[in-house]
Amino acid sequence: MSGSSLSDLTVGDVVAEQSYHLTRDTLVRYAGASGDFNPIHYRDDIATSVGLDGVLAHGMLTMGLAVQPVVDWLGGDSGKVLDYQVRFTRPVLVDPTAGADVTVVAKVGLVEALPNGRDGARIDLTVTFNGETVLGKAQVRVALT
Amino acid sequence: MNPELAGRSYPATEPYLVGREKVREFARAVLATSPLNLDPEAAQAAGYADVVAPPTFAVVVQEHTLAQLLGDPDAGIDFSRVVHGDQRFTFTRPIVAGDELTATLTVTSVKSLGGHSMVTAESAVVDAGGAHVVTAISTLVVRGDE
Repeated sequence: MSGSSLSDLTVGDVVAEQSYHLTRDTLVRYAGASGDFNPIHYRDDIATSVGLDGVLAHGMLTMGLAVQPVVDWLGGDSGKVLDYQVRFTRPVLVDPTAGADVTVVAKVGLVEALPNGRDGARIDLTVTFNGETVLGKAQVRVALT
Repeated sequence: MNPELAGRSYPATEPYLVGREKVREFARAVLATSPLNLDPEAAQAAGYADVVAPPTFAVVVQEHTLAQLLGDPDAGIDFSRVVHGDQRFTFTRPIVAGDELTATLTVTSVKSLGGHSMVTAESAVVDAGGAHVVTAISTLVVRGDE
C-alpha cells in the first residue's frame, strides 16, 4: 500500500487538497444515511424561523467529508484513522440553486512514532466555505504503516 | 441544565447490527470514494471481514446514546437550544459491516460560560465480544435565554 514513512514527511507538507460541491440533494442524502432529520437541514422556512440565514449543511456531514482526502491519501484505508476531532465554528449555508463549495486542505501537523512502533502523523485540516474556515482544531491522527 | 449531571452514565444501548448496505449508503453520503468503504472484495483484500465504515459512521451508533441523554427529563436539556460544539472519535479499530455494537454514554463535564451551558459526553462503543471499538465524544452547547 502507501509508502509514506516518517522520513518522507515534513511538518507543513500539504498531503491532500479537495473541493466538494454540496447541494440540497447532498443534505437530504446525508439526512437519510445518518438518521439526522433536523429540518434546519432541508427546510428554509424552519431554518429562518430559528434565526438562521437559511438551510445549513449538517456539521457531521462537513466533518465526514473533510476527512475523505486524508483517507484517499492513506490508500483508501479508513482503518488507518486512529483519532479525528473537529470544532464546529461556522455554518455552511447551502443555497437552494447555487449550492455550496467546501474546500479541504490537509497538512502535516506532526510526525510521531506510535506506541506499537508504527509510524504516525497528525494531519491538520483547513476547511473553508466562502473564504472562511468552518471547522476549528480539525485534526486527524493516522497510522502511516 | 442539571449541574449535577457530570459523572452520570446511562445503560448500554440495544445492540446495533452494522449492515453492509448501510455502510455503503453512509459512505456515499459523506462523498467517500474508497473501494474499502464500498466493495466487500476490496475490503477483504485489505484484510477486513467486510466493507469498512468511514470514520464518522460511529455517529450513527452514538446518536442512540445522545437520545438517552437528551430525553432524560432529569438532565434538563432543552433540545431546541442545542448546538453541536465539537466532536471527536478515538478508535481502537474501524467499524466493519457485520459488527454488533453497543454504546454506553457517560457525561464527563458540565460547564457554564456566559449564559450558555456546555455538556461533554463520551460514548464508548464495544463489539459483541465486549472489546472496545471507538469512543465518540461530543460537546453540546445549550444556548441560554436571549
